Amino acid sequence: MSLLAVEEMTKVFGGLIAVDDLAFSVEEGSIMGLIGPNGAGKTTVFNCITGNYTPERGRIFFDGLPITGFKPHRIVELGIARTFQTIRLFARLPALENVLAGRHCRMRAGLLACMFHTPAQRQEEAAALERCMEELRFVGLAQRHDEAAGNLSYGNQRLLEIARALATDPKLLILDEPAGGMNHQETDALAETIRAIRERGVTVLLVEHDMRLVMRVCEKLVVLEHGALIAQGAPDAVRGDPAVIEAYLGAENDRW
Amino acid sequence: MRFASRAISSLALGALVLALPLFCDAYWLDVCVSIGLYTLLALSLNVILGQAGIFHMGHAAFFAVGAYVTAILNTQAHWPIFAVLPAAGAASAVFALAVARPIIHLRGDYLLVVTIGIVEIVRIALLNDMGGLTGGANGVFGIARPVFFGFKIVKSVHFHYLVWGMVGVSLALFHSLWNSRFGRALNCIKEDDIAAECCGVDVARYKLTAFVLGAFWAGAAGTVYAAKMTTIAPESFNFMESVIIFAVVILSGGSQLGILASSFLFIGLPELLREFSSARMLIFGLAMMMMMIWRPQGLLPPGRRRYRIPGLSGAGGEAGG
Repeated sequence: MSLLAVEEMTKVFGGLIAVDDLAFSVEEGSIMGLIGPNGAGKTTVFNCITGNYTPERGRIFFDGLPITGFKPHRIVELGIARTFQTIRLFARLPALENVLAGRHCRMRAGLLACMFHTPAQRQEEAAALERCMEELRFVGLAQRHDEAAGNLSYGNQRLLEIARALATDPKLLILDEPAGGMNHQETDALAETIRAIRERGVTVLLVEHDMRLVMRVCEKLVVLEHGALIAQGAPDAVRGDPAVIEAYLGAENDRW
Repeated sequence: MRFASRAISSLALGALVLALPLFCDAYWLDVCVSIGLYTLLALSLNVILGQAGIFHMGHAAFFAVGAYVTAILNTQAHWPIFAVLPAAGAASAVFALAVARPIIHLRGDYLLVVTIGIVEIVRIALLNDMGGLTGGANGVFGIARPVFFGFKIVKSVHFHYLVWGMVGVSLALFHSLWNSRFGRALNCIKEDDIAAECCGVDVARYKLTAFVLGAFWAGAAGTVYAAKMTTIAPESFNFMESVIIFAVVILSGGSQLGILASSFLFIGLPELLREFSSARMLIFGLAMMMMMIWRPQGLLPPGRRRYRIPGLSGAGGEAGG
């Protein structure tokens, strides 16, 4: 069964049809890429899945459950985590607390437990701390746990976003242009990280401009243009698809 | 190191507060009680404004609800003050829940304007002798003194210890709250509410809970105020009160020690400068302007939370603070 299924999704902004009757699905345990030229509606699709937008029409199923119209925090709780195209870390908070923010939804201590630091609350706090340090170690930022997120380099901030998303125990991780602003070495390392995330049993949906990365890590691609699906399949098949070549050559010269 | 210096100054402050009645006359003790009350109010507003970054300028409304519930329950139903205290807090909390629920999604200054409206609505409702209970412009009088296990709290010195005892308890509880998932969630909301929502924080619920908690505390402070004054009137809960509590929190920078310092500055300093009372507002305005230029973050912004990092020996675990 597919982990995520999008059916007949349409999202309109004023007179602009950003996503047009789109349908695709993401298989559990896969790394899937969502690509397309600038303005194809990739991020809009993203925002509909994560609950930031509500699509005008269509249904989204996650793990068999209809999640259309759910609030973002509910969707995170169900197991979809995301990163942002434009980094949205809590810049003034230390790296560790950014990851702890992701862990928040898996913690249960209520207001009174937090005021009185009950034994259960302390235990939960210690476990969360340990888990979040593990996530920082996973992305290679453990030594910088105390640094304000805003002081990290651009590439490290992207990694911190991934760590924060992983701390929510996601089944599906959606990465919105994670290679943006990264150099070649960093992108190569990121490809390894994405594979390692999949090894942990997390399904990955990648929206990306950097074709090098997409071709290297994705097993399946969905190509959008003007909000509509124009091709899908294995990277090699998609690469040769005439519709895709036309869409890309018409837009800009992305390196293939 | 910075943490240690804060711990030492907190202890020194605590000792000072305990020792104050030794060298203060009744008048200055009343000033101390007043400072303590404002500290309570500011600490409770700090959860909303300082921690969650919600621009709430209507805290006097919650204070008023607490004070009036106390006055009415005490004078009409003859509840003892300490029995009324949780009821007054709860009434304020319920009131906050009802008024904040529809406006919680408003941002920044939009919310600010609505909260100003709340204070005015409450004040005018009280002024109009709502339900024949609030006594109109005269207010309610004849509120009983609190009795603490057979000990009647009457004198200023008694109230001094009562209020500052409550401040002490509040400091401890709010510090724990700050240093927990709840406090972190509020800070995340303040930093970037969309990002907070997207990493799984139920933003609307946490904002609302902050409101309700702050209102509970303000209501409890209202009980103490009513018992101290024995007479309350709508004019004690006007918009200026809200502004002062708001300003105390903004000036403080958001830490608890900062709140104490700025309560002293806001309430205590004008008393010390009585001779210059005509120039008071001038000095005040000038001081605010200088703060905005040289210390926009406030007197004492909160320090970093400290974590005992597992498996990371040495320097890492002790950093921060």
